[in-house]
Amino acid sequence: MIPAATRFARASDLDHALELLAEPDAKAIAGGQSLVPVMKLRIARPSLVVDISRLELRGIEERDGSLHIGPLTTWDELIEAASLARPALAAIAECARGIGDLQVRNLGTIGGSVVHADPASDMPAVLLALGARLQLRSPAGARDVALGEILVGPFLTTLGPQELVTDIVVPLPAPGSGSAYAAVEHPASGFALAGAAALVTPEGEAVALTGVGATPFVLPAGDLREAIAGAEVFGDRFASEEYRRELAVVVADRALASARERAKEDA
Amino acid sequence: MIAFVVNGEPRSLEVEGRTLLVHALRDGLALTGAHIGCDTSQCGACTVLMEGRAVKSCTVLAQQADGREITTIEGLSGNGEMHPLQRAFVEHHGLQCGFCTPGVILTAADLLSRTASPSDDEIRHALRGNLCRCTGYQGIVESIRAAGAAS
Repeated sequence: MIPAATRFARASDLDHALELLAEPDAKAIAGGQSLVPVMKLRIARPSLVVDISRLELRGIEERDGSLHIGPLTTWDELIEAASLARPALAAIAECARGIGDLQVRNLGTIGGSVVHADPASDMPAVLLALGARLQLRSPAGARDVALGEILVGPFLTTLGPQELVTDIVVPLPAPGSGSAYAAVEHPASGFALAGAAALVTPEGEAVALTGVGATPFVLPAGDLREAIAGAEVFGDRFASEEYRRELAVVVADRALASARERAKEDA
Repeated sequence: MIAFVVNGEPRSLEVEGRTLLVHALRDGLALTGAHIGCDTSQCGACTVLMEGRAVKSCTVLAQQADGREITTIEGLSGNGEMHPLQRAFVEHHGLQCGFCTPGVILTAADLLSRTASPSDDEIRHALRGNLCRCTGYQGIVESIRAAGAAS
């Protein structure tokens, strides 16, 4: 399969990237592990592919009580990052390790995945449970949004066509916290039939689900079974609505149990 | 026009914006060791190393490889000597028809560059993106384990 004809331009810096994205059918490429497959299927037919992969938007650092993850950080870099080893942040590498395969993890980026907004993608659930926010830039300026605000539907976000993620900001959980990710995957595609991320802190617990609704989402606080019973869950040829709802309870229980154990180890 | 280093040699190539890396390597540079299997980023037969890391060349635009270092199966051996992984695959029945083998070996090369002596679980986890339809993986895992132990 060969993509439809397109032009290719490499952005030299962020402003240059935003300028190139002014073309109506331009599309940004980071690792390309979601974009290239849909270009090959000709579902995406960008007139111009803007390569942002060499911008200085990668790496992980702790600053002002938050973890800052550059959107161009690859899954592989997240797995290898020593700064993510503490139990409170363990869900990030745990989740990354299960994404795609080695080849995809070498190129695929966290920012690309988040804005691709696949309703079954794993990492948005982890970022939602951890309360992540995104820093966005467009020619109109910068804005700061909660991740949940931009995910509005399957493969649908509120990002403007000339808007890019410049930073993923995760508030550092208090000492004594633990996080975990658990999923039951479709064996062929590897995508989650149901995935759950949990964060357990001294103040409380948060669970976010993926693969079961139109977007990954945070469950309302309270009884887990009741919250999942009240959630909008879909069924398809791989898993009925009823089965998916049950799977959601199973993975949420697993993620919570693991996060609670980890919280005991967190200094 | 892209300029990159392929198997240690600087090469330049005229490509379209939509040209896939696997086509650039096979049709542009006659490096047909990168196989097109599924062409949908699943089977891993097209795996090559980019900057030393395994990537599926059917899911990379050639332009993304501009300025990068690429290693294909043709570049793995040197001076007429087989690479330790290639030798191990011969000795431990790591291949039968051989179609998936270049991709499997390059994926294994990435794994061994990070983990010199991987466990069987680590080997199997690394091979998730490489499908083999004839040996049944056991010989592949044994070959990679042996190559790791030998190095």
